[in-house]
Amino acid sequence: MTELSGKCVIAIGERDGIPGPAIAEVVRSAGAREVVSFTQCFV
Amino acid sequence: MNSIGNQPCIKSVKLCLSHVPNLVRHGSKPQREIDAHPETLDEILRAARSFEDAAAYPPHQAFIGNLTPEDLEEIARPWHSKPLVNASPIGPDGLIVEEGPLLCLTAATDPFNLLRLDPQYIGRHREVLSTAEWFTKDDFDALGDGTPQETLNELVKSRGALPLLEKDELIGCVENGHSEDSSLGREIVLENLMAKSSAVLALRMLSGVEERGTDIDYVMGCGEEAVGDRYQRGGGNLAKAVAEHSWCSNATGSDIKAFCCAPNHAIVIGAALVASGLYKNVAVIGGGSLAKLGMKFQGHLRNGMPILEDVLASVAVLIGEDDGFSPVIDLESVGRHTVAAGSSPQAIAEALILEPLASKGLGILDVDRYATELHDPDITEPQGSGNTPLANYRVLASLAVQRKEISREEIPDFVGRFGMPGFSPTQGHIASAVPFLGHACRSLTSGEANHTMFYAKGSLFLGRMTEMSDGMSFILSRNTNAKKRQKG
Repeated sequence: MTELSGKCVIAIGERDGIPGPAIAEVVRSAGAREVVSFTQCFV
Repeated sequence: MNSIGNQPCIKSVKLCLSHVPNLVRHGSKPQREIDAHPETLDEILRAARSFEDAAAYPPHQAFIGNLTPEDLEEIARPWHSKPLVNASPIGPDGLIVEEGPLLCLTAATDPFNLLRLDPQYIGRHREVLSTAEWFTKDDFDALGDGTPQETLNELVKSRGALPLLEKDELIGCVENGHSEDSSLGREIVLENLMAKSSAVLALRMLSGVEERGTDIDYVMGCGEEAVGDRYQRGGGNLAKAVAEHSWCSNATGSDIKAFCCAPNHAIVIGAALVASGLYKNVAVIGGGSLAKLGMKFQGHLRNGMPILEDVLASVAVLIGEDDGFSPVIDLESVGRHTVAAGSSPQAIAEALILEPLASKGLGILDVDRYATELHDPDITEPQGSGNTPLANYRVLASLAVQRKEISREEIPDFVGRFGMPGFSPTQGHIASAVPFLGHACRSLTSGEANHTMFYAKGSLFLGRMTEMSDGMSFILSRNTNAKKRQKG
């Protein structure tokens, strides 16, 4: 398992999967710092 | 009887595909790659499909209603290597047209003469056009004889017109709509003209050359184009322009903008307008997306496939008052994705699926079929974009597990029974649920189904104005008046 505490994270979400802000919320709760987060649509 | 007023029904649906292999190079992704690596154009041209191959492509046959989604499911993928024998480009729900005739319709319905075609090119398509029910004598008059090669060359070289090429032959050009206005630049003009003409094709098929759409009161556009000049980019109302060229002389209209779920928004609003008694007949129309042509072409080339995103898709839906037969849009069970709902897949599914079902006292299993993002996986998977409908049906199945309507082990069976394979080109708004409308109307009238839910999502965050998603759903149900009539 990757230790996220103290790491910087770029969160790229996907419309039909997990949105970027949701990923960012999770990594923040694990002690990481969100550098940028966004959601993409691949269709 | 719907307590809201007149019971709105879906009376007719037309879904059209226009095969435009020579316009793929003008799609957003191909254009960017060609600009960076000019040799890419040759690769794109070599991977182009013939019209016959595009017409025989099984998902396209499902799109126009010649195959059911169940028929398509029986065909082993990849579908592009399984062309249907003796496939017809005409189906119960619509038709597939060639590039030349569509460009002639585009030029004939372009009042500013920005898209010009070569006389010989027009000549090559006159015979097909003369037998097409959607092309009239007035169109031939508007099309005229075309623009000579010398003039086309001059417009391209001296006036900055965009050359239109068939392979490497100059067959026409598109001029800038204004010399200093980037909102009316030649690429944008082409994009908007193709959205318009493909929507005209669908609305003409819907309204019919005999009836000429004079009973349509209101036309609502649900496409993703942005029509306007520099002072109102995206100001819109392509709907009224499409109505004008589709013989709907008694209609006015407007556009609904909501990314990919705009068709569902428009259908619900159109149904409400009919239910209120304000209008008797509302047509919802959406034209094709030029920008999305060839969006996944790199994945197709990498896998030795033909480029499958070579069609402009368009839709027209007629919503009218209860005729005692047509399927009913239930305005008491519309699913809305509110600002407070949240943007996780589960939150969206709860808002769009569970809440409207709860309002009717129904469970997930009480609906016969669910139509959602119906993107063709043959197109998306080679570029690593996954199987969009399958992902959405798994979210739906997980909701059913959470509610204890099915067990975890039943998820695959649930997906097979309530879902369907994707059969729509990746044309944004068009792929979002509405390609199943024709199939649904048949199963809700002559078939066994009682309820079909249409739910669609919109990626609002792409516009950088919000991080939110959007979504809209409605339930289309068997007309109970039809049942009463049969019993009587």
